[in-house]
Amino acid sequence: MHPAGSIIIFTTLSGMGLGLMALMGLGAIPAGGGAALAGAALVFLLTGAGLVSSLFHLGHPERAWRALSQWRSSWLSREGVLSVLALAVFGLHAGAMVFLDLNLWPLGFLAALLATATVYATAMIYGSLRSVPTWNDPLTPVVYLAFAAAGGTLAAALIARLFALPGAVLELLAVVLLVAAWTAKALWWKQAPARGFGGSTPESATGLGGIGRVRLFEAPHTSPNYLLKEMVFVVGRRHVRKLRTIAVILGAAVPLALVLLSLAFGGVWPLLVVAVASHVAGVLAERWLFFAEAKHTVALYYGHGEAHGRRVAG
Amino acid sequence: MTSLPGPTPKKLGLVIDLDICVGCHACVVSCKEWNTGGYGAALSDQDPYGAAPSGSWNNRVHSFEIEPDPAASRRQGGAYGDARIVHFPKSCLHCEDAPCVPVCPTGASYKRAEDGIVLVNEDICIGCGLCAWACPYGAREMDAAEGVMKKCTLCVDRIYNENIPEVDRVPACVRSCPTNARHFGDLADPDSEVSRMVAERGGIDLMPEQETKPVNKYLPPRPRRDRDDTSMLNLAALADPVPTGFLGWLDNALERLG
Repeated sequence: MHPAGSIIIFTTLSGMGLGLMALMGLGAIPAGGGAALAGAALVFLLTGAGLVSSLFHLGHPERAWRALSQWRSSWLSREGVLSVLALAVFGLHAGAMVFLDLNLWPLGFLAALLATATVYATAMIYGSLRSVPTWNDPLTPVVYLAFAAAGGTLAAALIARLFALPGAVLELLAVVLLVAAWTAKALWWKQAPARGFGGSTPESATGLGGIGRVRLFEAPHTSPNYLLKEMVFVVGRRHVRKLRTIAVILGAAVPLALVLLSLAFGGVWPLLVVAVASHVAGVLAERWLFFAEAKHTVALYYGHGEAHGRRVAG
Repeated sequence: MTSLPGPTPKKLGLVIDLDICVGCHACVVSCKEWNTGGYGAALSDQDPYGAAPSGSWNNRVHSFEIEPDPAASRRQGGAYGDARIVHFPKSCLHCEDAPCVPVCPTGASYKRAEDGIVLVNEDICIGCGLCAWACPYGAREMDAAEGVMKKCTLCVDRIYNENIPEVDRVPACVRSCPTNARHFGDLADPDSEVSRMVAERGGIDLMPEQETKPVNKYLPPRPRRDRDDTSMLNLAALADPVPTGFLGWLDNALERLG
């Protein structure tokens, strides 16, 4: 699948923003003071920037409001509705925290629940597609939720340390969640790309398997079309191994080392700034691969997945 | 709105005969011609006369080479013989369980309850592309100029159109096919011509494992005739004139002279 920059930025930033929203809803940052204000601002900045970025891949962004209507059937619509609800509820919660020095727990819990549901809906947009067997994996939503939790906790730890609040518990939690998220991703990498075309073959795609092995003789068009550009993206696959290593170093190794250092020295916020930035870069690489590695069954009509011949790979 | 309507009383669709399609692409061109001026936005082209032309099309013809599997060939009594080329037209299959419909966030993508045709309401389509991702067959293409999703409409603006002669009230691809490889009809009616063809020839679903229940069916190529049986191949003999009357007598007389 074509890795669209706008969607990669959206899922990365809004994932971290919604993770931080959930943590603040659960009381990770105390009410009142600069930390609550900074945390709330970061939630709106990350989630808002992500949502705005997602509009850039639409053919008609001015009609985006219509996407809130089909929540009964569409995960994309559910994501839109849930994100609006989450931001609205969290807005009230954050307002009470910042301006009234109040932690309204029921409102906070509701915001945390909605934030979690939004991330789940985002993951299910991809996870529910049978046409992309790589994504159609039960671990897909687990990975999205784990990364949102790890990123959100990292950001919460940074804010706590920045405002000289106790942050050791958040740092420890960030370490645990980072390990959990990358463990889930390692499992996903092990099983999801191996799904290939999910049992579909050029023979089943054409219905001609009863005669013999099917090989593309001539494509219907001579230059790439929308289907090939959007769903038969193969450029990145050659660099998968290198990119996975980069993603793990930036997203896991560097943040883990920096958080542990900060913990050892009793909270050093500049280290955590670098940890957050590195984590974001690592998750961007991970998201890029999430698209680049995904195979769509339409490729079977274009010479991919053939048992014999030159176009075996792909 | 984007929930599927459930079983529809009519299942309008196409039956495509892979035995006789010659891969001429006439259906591709006539589809583009009709649909660029018919239902919804025009089917645009980008860089049409340049080095890398591309554009939106609702119907495309792939050509496949099939290398007979010895085991399958034996099961068919060795009838499939040599490798063969099969031309394979592909457009929207108007699936009963169309995965492109429920994913649509705006309600633009829908399946008609009355006849099962899957359509896009281009006025409310936001061009997110998720329906094209959800289709395992690659039947939907985003129009780069209009920013909305295009797909086969089964020529909904022809088949019910009382302003055109009755003979033309079939999809453009069906009307234009010079070999009659494409057929249009109601696949919910077991007595329709298309349903009978499917029953007789063993019509195929594409990617049944995706559980989309396609309405369109493909008729598989017939087994090759035995190459050693030349009785059907000696067509030239039919063209030999058999003279009668005076010419017949002359012919025989000259024959006797040696």
